[in-house]
Amino acid sequence: MDRIISAIAVVVAVPLVLVGYILVVEFIIGRLPKRVAGGIRPWLWLAPALLFLGVFLVYPTIATIFRSFYNQSGKNLIGLDNYAWFFGQDSTLLALRNNVLWVVFLTGFVVGLGLLIAVLVDRVKYEGVVKSIVFLPMAISFVAAGVIWRLVYDIQPTVGTLNAGITATGASPYPFISTAPWNNFALIFVGVWMLTGFAMVILSAGLKGVSVELLEAARVDGANELQVFRRIVLPLLAPTIAVVATTIVIYALKTFDVVYVMTNGNFDTEVIANRMYKELFNNGQQGRSAAIAVVLLIAIIPVMVVNVRRFRQQEAVR
Amino acid sequence: MEQDSRRSARRLAALVASVAIIAAACSSSNNGGASASASTAASAASAPASSAAASESGSPAASASGSAAASGSAAASGSASAAAGGSAAGSLGAFQFDSGLGGSVSVVGSWAGAEQDSFLAMVKPWEDATGAKVNYTGSRDLQAQLTTGIASGNLPDLAGLPGPGLMKQWYTQGALKPLDDVIDVAAYAANTPGGLAEISKADDGKYVGIFTKISVKGLIFFNKKNWTETTPPATFDALNQTAQSKLTGDMKEWCVGVESGGASGWPGTDWIEDLLLRQSGPDVYTKWVKGQQTWTSPEVKQAWTAFGDVLKNSFGGPTYIVNTNFGKAANPMFASTPGCLFHHQANFMTDFFKNEAKATPDQYGMFQMPAINTQFQGVSTAGGDLFGMFNNTPQSVSLMKWLVSPQAQEIWVKRGGFIASNKNVPIESYPDEPSKQAAQIFTSAQGLKYDASDQMPGAMNDAFFKAVVSFAQDQSKLDSILTSLDSTQKDAYSS
Repeated sequence: MDRIISAIAVVVAVPLVLVGYILVVEFIIGRLPKRVAGGIRPWLWLAPALLFLGVFLVYPTIATIFRSFYNQSGKNLIGLDNYAWFFGQDSTLLALRNNVLWVVFLTGFVVGLGLLIAVLVDRVKYEGVVKSIVFLPMAISFVAAGVIWRLVYDIQPTVGTLNAGITATGASPYPFISTAPWNNFALIFVGVWMLTGFAMVILSAGLKGVSVELLEAARVDGANELQVFRRIVLPLLAPTIAVVATTIVIYALKTFDVVYVMTNGNFDTEVIANRMYKELFNNGQQGRSAAIAVVLLIAIIPVMVVNVRRFRQQEAVR
Repeated sequence: MEQDSRRSARRLAALVASVAIIAAACSSSNNGGASASASTAASAASAPASSAAASESGSPAASASGSAAASGSAAASGSASAAAGGSAAGSLGAFQFDSGLGGSVSVVGSWAGAEQDSFLAMVKPWEDATGAKVNYTGSRDLQAQLTTGIASGNLPDLAGLPGPGLMKQWYTQGALKPLDDVIDVAAYAANTPGGLAEISKADDGKYVGIFTKISVKGLIFFNKKNWTETTPPATFDALNQTAQSKLTGDMKEWCVGVESGGASGWPGTDWIEDLLLRQSGPDVYTKWVKGQQTWTSPEVKQAWTAFGDVLKNSFGGPTYIVNTNFGKAANPMFASTPGCLFHHQANFMTDFFKNEAKATPDQYGMFQMPAINTQFQGVSTAGGDLFGMFNNTPQSVSLMKWLVSPQAQEIWVKRGGFIASNKNVPIESYPDEPSKQAAQIFTSAQGLKYDASDQMPGAMNDAFFKAVVSFAQDQSKLDSILTSLDSTQKDAYSS
């Protein structure tokens, strides 16, 4: 009951405070000379957002970077030792390799399959049904998906759907979870199952934006369907594909739940984020987990740079 | 028109992308984001990575059988009527309550569901007699809740403790109060079998945590159809020899399964602990727990090799062992064509016999794992839930006295799923044959050692679990596994 009341209070109070803030700001600005007011207004309007960004995004990032140069308890400066530890351990390097696998294959499969489904169902009547089915797994949390697929991959034919199929053909059950390095692909497939719907929906929306006249013109000029797709559709879709790919790359870099639930890093499936969690919450190594976070951040920077540059180019074209 | 829709589609895409990037950058560049998703994962996954104890002590929750529940309510009503006279009388004699106390005491514990009901039934007579109220909260993650509680000063009066390591740490920090003036510690030590009460002490010798519920480890279960010996073998060697003569067809000596979600490997750590304790004795065991005995030392390596022999003699082979959940591991023992003769586990395994293997108590028996080096006769391992006091109030002192008493513990014992730490609880009070046997083994144990992996630092514990899994999968890796455990040991104990 208390929780319901506080939830209602938050829902009502937060917008009230924000509206109140704007009214107060406008009241103050109204008393200032017009020239000054014009310069100040945007900043005052932005202030709450900037404050939240600063407190919840900028400050933690900087604090994490600082912390990564300190020891376990965060008291003594130890320079680059945490980074030396990260790059000097077989287990962390294995985690890094697995993340590379995730980035390459998760992104490849999700974008590839998403595009394929989007293009194919664009031409059929039951498009909505297919898209809904492919999109369904998106509604499940990664943890739940991990639990589901751990059961699907189970070695006991009485539990594991896949092994039930395999043993039905007379073969012996295949240990999907414990066979390195192929088990990584078993885990990545869970991500593919989850995210293909997301890629498909966005790419499909992009596809609808491709003008029909252009496609008609190309066909009239004698292009076959494959050429139309490669020369017309693909270049027009490129910005959308880039957006989807960026999102998936970031998903792949920070993948945690599926691995944590399905193997917890056993059988050579460790990933960086799982390692970061373990160092902080299990081993109490604040410095090391901060260093891992910084490595992750640095790995994501190039992806963000490429994206920001692309947005700028698009803005310039406009 | 066309132009407009194209532009808005692009804008939408750009918007989606920027939101995604901000969200991603946010959750990958600071710990806050990771902790949020991690805690979701932890609460959804049934076995938290940090402690096997959680899955061990959590699992019997489902145990209270129909008959146990019935006898439990009978016990509760019986003691309620007795409480009217100011004391709970039974075969154990009267307990002197502090009547007219009033007030309340806050308690946080890991017990939920049926276990929570049993705990509340256990404190009911105390509430009735003293007029004080127990405010109990069950917590899935005691460690996180109490750690933040200590930092913020918002602590319960009494709480279950996640393990001996944190218990000592919190006492040193001044959060946990010593119990020497609260309960009769001499009586507590004498009533807790096998010297297990040693674990209750902090480094300065003060008692800071008491055992209530015990997990009896190092038990060997057998199917009565296949193992008909009336007396347990005197030594582990004798056990193996007799076993070899009883194996028929494809039957193996052992059933082992080490899968347990995020805590996979712990059944193997229990194996290695039991082997090491019986091979090399309590001193080496204690040094090993404290990080003063390297993993590559002959004593520790010997335990791993012995575990390797067990695995070679186990049902299903390496792939089966690492992929089989500990709860289902014993199923082949009860199959119509039995897959194995024995299963090594703690007393709570009987719940899984019932729920997973559909075995009834008359189908199986148990004995304590026999000695290996007869110089160390009678040693074994145990686990248990520790209880500590954060606020010294009259109510919490009074409740603490009640919780260690056999009168209180007998209430839960009768409800089922509970082995009492106090040996004065009569064996006849246990509701079924398996728990009677486990309690008998526990009360007559001589040298009990607390679960080693649960006492090791977090990083060591985690590495031990993982090492068991990779060893069970490929025994040829033993030397590299032990070397890497040595480097973890150097690292984990240094801080």
